Amino acid sequence: MDATTLPARLAETRDDFLALGVRDRLQLLLEFSNELPELPERYADHPDLFERVEECQSPVFIFVEVDEGRVHLYATAPAESPTTRGFASILAQGLDGLTAQQVLDVPADYPQSLGLGEAVSPLRVRGMTGMLARIKRQLRERLAA
Amino acid sequence: MSAEFDSAQKLAEYAHPERLVTTAWLAEHLGEPGLVVVESDEDVLLYETGHIPGAVKIDWHTDLNDPVVRDYVNGEQFAALLGSKGIARDTTVVIYGDKNNWWAAYALWVFTLFGHDDVRLLDGGRDLWIAEGRDITTDAPEVTPVEYPVVERDDRAVRAYKDDVLAHLGNPLIDVRSPEEYSGERTTAPAYPEEGALRAGHIPTAASVPWARAAAADGTFKSREELDAIYRGEVGLQDGDDIVAYCRIGERSSHTWFVLNHLLGFEKVRNYDGSWTEWGSAVRVPIVTGADRGELPAR
Repeated sequence: MDATTLPARLAETRDDFLALGVRDRLQLLLEFSNELPELPERYADHPDLFERVEECQSPVFIFVEVDEGRVHLYATAPAESPTTRGFASILAQGLDGLTAQQVLDVPADYPQSLGLGEAVSPLRVRGMTGMLARIKRQLRERLAA
Repeated sequence: MSAEFDSAQKLAEYAHPERLVTTAWLAEHLGEPGLVVVESDEDVLLYETGHIPGAVKIDWHTDLNDPVVRDYVNGEQFAALLGSKGIARDTTVVIYGDKNNWWAAYALWVFTLFGHDDVRLLDGGRDLWIAEGRDITTDAPEVTPVEYPVVERDDRAVRAYKDDVLAHLGNPLIDVRSPEEYSGERTTAPAYPEEGALRAGHIPTAASVPWARAAAADGTFKSREELDAIYRGEVGLQDGDDIVAYCRIGERSSHTWFVLNHLLGFEKVRNYDGSWTEWGSAVRVPIVTGADRGELPAR
């Protein structure tokens, strides 16, 4: 992956994580977790639109919206699952406002580049990889529709 | 130096009441010298969102597993970990966690591999503590590191390897996974990620007793009488039995191991931590599908 394919916000997040020691990476992930926005009202009553991310141990649901050519990601996960919320928040902030092609071009192994393997374990990082893959698949479905 | 035991009536009925404490007991004894409270969760960040005041965190994956080999930490790593958490060899350790204490029971089981003498579970775990409106804080505990001796891990008494399980066939086995995993409809718990078992089903003759049957609605363990009705009555376990429990990666079966060993007093109970992620991918081990226990393979 390089600067030409990785959107600025995702690159910045990666650099922020890598600049920290292992312990502080957990704290940063917790900050992301706390920043996961509430669902907008128009989606709050539509659980049917959301897809469960099976790769995550905790219940997390995502919905990708394309509005005037720009991508928006909505995600919801319980407060008792801060790690999963953190993963969703990194992606929601990092992908928001990108074009569909930019999102599809995000490397599939972006989650592995954040230096979280040691902080939370590779097994858990897999949940974020699954999330990214499902986001791209939903996006392709929206574009084909 | 060991903290006094919890004399609550419910606990007194168990075979080893000294292995459990109630939330009321813990609230009363928090901060006592010689007592360290440990939180062990499935979610690696949950502790950071708020924990019992003074509690330290031990993560099942990043702290208790070896980072390279599929095994637990060794004596040196364990000594460094516990010393850094302010736990000495004679410290009373009370462990609690999320998800009905799955990971807390798993951590307690790993402590047992190293022969830590006084280690107890908080009955009801994290959820009950919070549901009762007890104190939670995000303040980091003040920990004074201590010396913990390097003790060789001894797996023989409470840990079974795959070859041990093959040799064990014919003796009681408890499969604590969901009915769907037992019958072979799926290889992971409903709503859990795929963790790489190539075949589905159960070990021949294993009885299906999902771990949650040992838990009451509030996350505490069921009473002695209720537990006896399940494991002795329904399953037919008897005193003196040699028992192996397994699940998918060994965490839910730690919960059942705790029940059989400490609450019901079975003396020979081992946890097969390789569990289905090993058995379900091993070449030519016997597997049975369907809801029945199945027959032992001819040898």
